[in-house]
Amino acid sequence: MENLFTVTVTVNGRQYERAIEPRLLLSDFLRHELGLTGTHVGCEHGVCGACTILFDGQPVRSCIMLAVQANGHEIQTVENLALDAKPENLHPLQVGFWEAHGLQCGFCTPGFLMTLLPFLEEHPDPSEEEIREAISGNLCRCTGYQNIVDAVKLAAGKMQETQAGPGGAA
Amino acid sequence: MTTRYLGKPIKRNEDPQLLTGQAQFVDDVDLPEMLHVAFKRSDYAHARIVSVDVEAAKAMPGVIAVYVAEDLGDYWQPSPLLVPPPPAQHVVFNERTAGQLAKDKVRLVGEPIAMVIARSRYLAEDAAETIFVQYEPLDPVMDLEAALAEDSALVHEGVGSNVAAHVIQEKGSYETARAEADVVVSRRMLYDRGASAPMETRGVVAHYDALSQELVVWDSTQAPIPIRNGLASMLGLSERQVRVIAPFVGGGFGPKIMMFYPEETLIPWAAIRLERPVKWIEDRREHFYATTQERSQLHDSEIALTRDGKILGMKDVFLHDTGAYIPYGLTVPLNTQCTLLGPYVVPHYYSEFRAIFTNKTIVTPYRGAGRQQGVFVMERLLDLAAKEMEMDPLELRRQNFIPPDQFPWNNEIIYQDFSELTYDSGDYEPILDKAMDMIGWEDFRENEQPRLRAEGKHVGIGLVMYVEGTGIGPYEGARVHVESSGKVTVVTGVGTQGQGHYTSFAQVVAEALGVPPEDIAVTTGDTGQFDWGTGTFASRGAVVAGSAIHAAAEMVREKAIQHAAEHLEAREEDIELADGFAQVRGSPDARVSLAELAANANPLRGAVRPGTEPGLEATAYFGPEMGATANGAHAIILEVDPETFDVKVHRYVVVHDCGTLINPLIVAGQVHGGVAQGLGNAFYEQLVYDDASGQLLNASFMDYLLPTSETVPRVEVGHEETPSPLNPLGVKGAGEAGAIPVGPAFAQAIEDALADTDIEILEIPLSPNRLFEIVRRATTET
Ligand code: FES
Ligand code: FES
Repeated sequence: MENLFTVTVTVNGRQYERAIEPRLLLSDFLRHELGLTGTHVGCEHGVCGACTILFDGQPVRSCIMLAVQANGHEIQTVENLALDAKPENLHPLQVGFWEAHGLQCGFCTPGFLMTLLPFLEEHPDPSEEEIREAISGNLCRCTGYQNIVDAVKLAAGKMQETQAGPGGAA
Repeated sequence: MTTRYLGKPIKRNEDPQLLTGQAQFVDDVDLPEMLHVAFKRSDYAHARIVSVDVEAAKAMPGVIAVYVAEDLGDYWQPSPLLVPPPPAQHVVFNERTAGQLAKDKVRLVGEPIAMVIARSRYLAEDAAETIFVQYEPLDPVMDLEAALAEDSALVHEGVGSNVAAHVIQEKGSYETARAEADVVVSRRMLYDRGASAPMETRGVVAHYDALSQELVVWDSTQAPIPIRNGLASMLGLSERQVRVIAPFVGGGFGPKIMMFYPEETLIPWAAIRLERPVKWIEDRREHFYATTQERSQLHDSEIALTRDGKILGMKDVFLHDTGAYIPYGLTVPLNTQCTLLGPYVVPHYYSEFRAIFTNKTIVTPYRGAGRQQGVFVMERLLDLAAKEMEMDPLELRRQNFIPPDQFPWNNEIIYQDFSELTYDSGDYEPILDKAMDMIGWEDFRENEQPRLRAEGKHVGIGLVMYVEGTGIGPYEGARVHVESSGKVTVVTGVGTQGQGHYTSFAQVVAEALGVPPEDIAVTTGDTGQFDWGTGTFASRGAVVAGSAIHAAAEMVREKAIQHAAEHLEAREEDIELADGFAQVRGSPDARVSLAELAANANPLRGAVRPGTEPGLEATAYFGPEMGATANGAHAIILEVDPETFDVKVHRYVVVHDCGTLINPLIVAGQVHGGVAQGLGNAFYEQLVYDDASGQLLNASFMDYLLPTSETVPRVEVGHEETPSPLNPLGVKGAGEAGAIPVGPAFAQAIEDALADTDIEILEIPLSPNRLFEIVRRATTET
């Protein structure tokens, strides 16, 4: 193919080097080049938030970024939250969603989790209003949001416990 | 017997996979050598196709093939009619369904004209853009009434008009009722179109293995088994050669039950022809055109009552927009006809509708499936009648409830499952009382509202009722199997789109076998595992598939008990199942694991006793004789901003009776999500078409607003449980209840909030703009 650019990106702590077309979306790069299909694509125009990832620690929408823009940057996707799907290995945020029934079809969920991760770091004890504002850029068609709000409250409590607990942060 | 797992708010088995990004959705399927599809779709709502030039596209880099209708040969065919018209007396039905690719004419924007297959989606889209279609534009048919004019353009010339169907259903004689009535209220009401907009769009991946001659299709469908059966017959394959998998599906809400979408038959066809895996994933823009929509209806309705508020009869004549084709038959308008009656005694009923072809996206059921419109008409007319008679609107409802000792109640009209619409059970007054109580009706009216009004706030309250047919036939089936490892597997044909079937079905089996639900693996929607059944629609998963699973689990239980009795030398009556063991009641040491029983039941040598089946396994089917009717009340308190006409919902209460609850956590979640969708439908979401050009003007999430976390209120849910007598679990469907009556509740509360203006809300969806216009019109007219 004409015009391939080589990019080096660190995703979930692992370095990848790929030769890609400059127009390749970051979301497609993660999903189809790297096979990290936990990041979902709901609209491809930056509104639904399903494709949210952490880009140098900041939540961004991977569907409105090009993969070449990630050259030399660090990315975290939902796959980085837990070692595997064993209940004992889940991140407290994931456990919060599980216990509060904060997901139905689960398609939007990875985007919510990645949006909330930095939010909870900055707001360890958020109010309902703060939570609702934090997730107002993520669309969920199944839950009506209230269980997501409850899940965040639950997770915030759990994360504080883990932090205060003997082992320190998980 | 006390239940151990049924009725408990158990966490979902499927969640860890979903939470870690490991659950597989259609777009996650990646196969070596896979090709990608983009469609050239119609730019016009209504036009003749003069020519299609695909030569440039074929020459584009990475393009493997480009197909137009002619290339399909005999494979080109109008999709099968999914539901035939009902055997009612006055029914005209003009069947028109769409072929996979448009031939001579396009009838909606987005109708597929050519399929491009390339090495990547990017390349396929590049090539699709070069396809040149020469059109001869025709007038688009957009407006329901104008479509009936003599000189209107015709969506299907062969039909001779734009009438897709005409149905009259009648119970008693409305004319007689009207003649006896003291009060008659009639209005025109409009319910407009919305999109179901699941967060995952549709998608299909097909892979044909020439060696094993097997076709595997991953499809985001709600109905994998019928898709398998249809594909096999269309492609000339045996049903054994086709496997359809509906993996994790990111929301369905009805439109994913539609079949066959053109893409569903084209992608497998191309995969066979090219002997390479082929993938198509709908993008969000395509979704706004190519995935079915619903709701648009125009009603002229009338209610006749006695002076003291007894309903004598109803008359409802409506136009139903079916879009450019009518593949799903009359399910939606029939639901409207039937759901309109609600929980009330309506002695005389005249209902007539015409389904109209328009040059818009095809209409098929979307969560509620016509029920919204019926409930809107009935509840609005009751409110208006109450106002006219200066009666309390809730008192008027209460007076007309079907008494609890009158069930089963036959409404004497034909329902979507073609049986007479009969309510199996219900008790409506406690539901009304509970909803009033939960929302604090009296207190709000007497204290809070006057206080807030004195502060200049425009607050209003609304409360409406509904009855919903759920859990219709024909049947579902399931197989329950205890493996020799002790693991329990359940397979059933219905697909799942987030309703928690992996958990609620596990609970049903857990109850019978005494195995914790987390140790029960449920597989749904894979025809390679189970291939009898129809699909997930009409709130029927828990009712019909759940009952089949219950029956299969009971059969396994009996087998296990028989084997255990023999093994433990005890009487069958004394055996109980718990924690993965069969034990003799009262002597817990005398026990044997289900694993061992399963292994013994499937011996490698010796003989299985004649007349018995090997293994701890059973397959069962369940077909309800008729649908189970759920019912409920929605209550709302909201505030209208008199400057911006924005509406803020302060409280939302749902009291509903969906029979026995398998998992209250899941049912409440269904209600929350339904209400959110209902509120979107009431105030944010409207598909805006330009009547002159036929173009959809808001085909993106930037312009078509889905409710967000800042607009959806908390929903308080109250459950009543009147078990359905129609199935062994006593369940009724719950999937649609949250969405159905939101519109009229919203409308009633808005009228109440703006009581000083005397407005009447006779349309849904509203918006701040629209509300402003309605208020302005009402205040300048008076
Ligand atoms: S897919 Fe990126 S915001 Fe919707
Ligand atoms: S859980 Fe389905 S979209 Fe959020």
